[in-house]
Amino acid sequence: MQKIDNIIKQFKEKKIDLIQVLHHIQSEYNYLPKEVLEYVSKSLRIPLSRIYSIATFYAAFSLVPRGKHLCTVCMGTACHVRGAPSVLNRIEELLKIKPGETTPDNKFTLETVNCLGACALAPIVVIDGEYYGQTTVNKVDKLIEQYAKEESKT
Amino acid sequence: MPKKKVKPKGFRLDLLICAGTGCVSNRSFKVKLALEKEIAKRGLQNEVRVIATGCQGFCERGPIVIAQPDAIFYQKVTEEDVPYLVEEHLIKGRPAKKLMYVPEKEALPIPRMSDIGFFKHQRLIVLRNRGRLDPENIEEYIAFDGYSALQKVLTSMTPEQVIDEIKRSGLRGRGGAGFPTGLKWELCRAAEGHPKYIICNGDEGDPGAFMDRSVLEADPHSVIEGMLIGAYAIGAQKGFIYVRKEYPLAVKRVNIAIKQALEYGLLGEDILGTGFNFFIDVVQGAGAFVCGEETALMAAIEGKVGRPRTRPPYPVEKGLWGKPTNINNVETWANVPVIILRGAEWFSSIGTEKSKGTKIFSLVGKINNTGLVEVPMGITLREIIYEIGGGIPNNKEFKAVQTGGPSGGCIPKEYLDLPIDYESLTAVGSMMGSGGMIVMDEDTCMVDVARYFLNFTQQESCGKCVPCRLGTKQMVEILNRIIEGNGKEGDIELLESIGKNVKLASLCGLGQTAPNPVLTTIKYFRDEYMAHIKEKKCPALVCKALISYVIDPNLCAGCAACAKNCPTKAITGEPKKIYKIDQTKCIKCGICLTICPPKFGAVKKVTPAI
Repeated sequence: MQKIDNIIKQFKEKKIDLIQVLHHIQSEYNYLPKEVLEYVSKSLRIPLSRIYSIATFYAAFSLVPRGKHLCTVCMGTACHVRGAPSVLNRIEELLKIKPGETTPDNKFTLETVNCLGACALAPIVVIDGEYYGQTTVNKVDKLIEQYAKEESKT
Repeated sequence: MPKKKVKPKGFRLDLLICAGTGCVSNRSFKVKLALEKEIAKRGLQNEVRVIATGCQGFCERGPIVIAQPDAIFYQKVTEEDVPYLVEEHLIKGRPAKKLMYVPEKEALPIPRMSDIGFFKHQRLIVLRNRGRLDPENIEEYIAFDGYSALQKVLTSMTPEQVIDEIKRSGLRGRGGAGFPTGLKWELCRAAEGHPKYIICNGDEGDPGAFMDRSVLEADPHSVIEGMLIGAYAIGAQKGFIYVRKEYPLAVKRVNIAIKQALEYGLLGEDILGTGFNFFIDVVQGAGAFVCGEETALMAAIEGKVGRPRTRPPYPVEKGLWGKPTNINNVETWANVPVIILRGAEWFSSIGTEKSKGTKIFSLVGKINNTGLVEVPMGITLREIIYEIGGGIPNNKEFKAVQTGGPSGGCIPKEYLDLPIDYESLTAVGSMMGSGGMIVMDEDTCMVDVARYFLNFTQQESCGKCVPCRLGTKQMVEILNRIIEGNGKEGDIELLESIGKNVKLASLCGLGQTAPNPVLTTIKYFRDEYMAHIKEKKCPALVCKALISYVIDPNLCAGCAACAKNCPTKAITGEPKKIYKIDQTKCIKCGICLTICPPKFGAVKKVTPAI
């Protein structure tokens, strides 16, 4: 909680706004835990409803824990015309989840993003910050298998 | 202005390696490490320097290495290529031919960057420093005349003179609507209220547009300098740069640039000893397209939910925290220092009557040379797509180009010779937008594209006003049923009618432009809609419900690759004999088509569905 207190202090000194507070919390916990939001609400005297409205309006925030590996499929226009929908379909099939969901074993979370601005590499899949460009249905098969294998080793 | 071959003493060669998002994704940092290691191994570390630069623009060919001072262009350089490159170029002193760019359908490589079609036809103003400096080192920016426009303004111009210069240059907002920048500054300067704020809009939300990311990554100081000049002209002391969360590298480089500018006394208090103060904060977005709209963006900076409000009052009167606020986008700000240095007359000599200067387009989709291009206003679509872009891959036919992102429209081949500026694009039903240019070929279904954009705007609609919230939803549902083969007579007319109303009655730019992709595709590709509705056919063979996969018995060689990889076991047969797809089991995932060896090419798509 000390880290959270630091963030709260920055907010009080007007160095950052509420959205940045949530960014900090999310990078700390990987999602926005209910207890932390309640704590922030009390310490800052901001209604929980206002925090909730921001947390649900912006796509970057998650109210549920996310998996160990974050798999993001870019659905930008360039990716779309070069076949992103079939790549996404294939990953949905492999992980048996839809975008925004996490596998029951908490290993993978699947998300989509509007555009990463790296359109030359379309279609793009990002896993844990690593960009994989010019993906195809066959390539993602191997990719997911590779991450799943590493997972079973550890 | 450009001093092309500036090199500090002692180094005979510079290897400039691109470190934009595209090349970094292609592991350019690993190539940089390998280069440094190999150079040290050969004992050349005091002769050759490796510098990570911002985006070169030719992302398709990344990672890119440029050898200076001769500007030899090397492409797709991997770690394995490093010993070869060092041996040939650095030791033997001859170009490494295998890593050079060979244009489509040609045999000979083109060694020099300036001779390559992609670069040859460009006119660099905003991207003037692209690929020639290290964006994380302020001294390199200063070496290329950086911050001398700021010095000129602070020491020899009044704020009114600065505004007049920008007005006379004819610079218009590069974020989409094209409002005259100088006029906006003048209004903000004249507005009552204190303090005043400056915002740089880096919430580049249009999918397929990435020029602002590139400018922030490659030349962050040009944006900061532009903002400083604007702040002086308007009378502001505080500025914000709002950057999308999806651009982590841009956020990092902007923060480094701000820190360095503060250290050098080019930002902060008493800048250059003139008594002028200016501070910049970086604000990260949180993933909401609508925040690119100026009133929504200001709400987000205030830490609120990013919903637009009605205008007037415009931000120049009542903006951030109710104070006069001037907001321009990244590309607009980056134009400012050059205009001040080279003068309004020079700038206004480039471009068309009403649109001056250059525009950066991101050329993506079904195009050979994907990348960022900066071209003078008034250039034709044909020049961009064929001369710079190198045409359409795989001998396919050009069908349309989509400009302006989800707010824009699809332009068919009849208009390939249209000179591009703000007015001409609006006249054909599209818009400049932020400059995304998505090229589509015969394999792109226009109904699917329209649905894609509308689906996007529908999901990103903030929900505040009814026409946008419900209108776009209705339109998506109609498009969905057309694509699923359940389209009805009258659907096209219904789409047109709802679309016109959404445009008329929505609160902000998102809703007012959301129907454009649908309305323009209906206007120019009505027959494709008709084929979907009446014949249940998708001529581009894209819409799943209207196609089937079949194996041509005359071409199938019985290799069994398709059957092995079919996730639903819908393909049956025996090795060396002809395989067959069971349509009741097929989920149309298309794996069989991608896996069938090209020498057979036996799997085909047919429409209507069987």
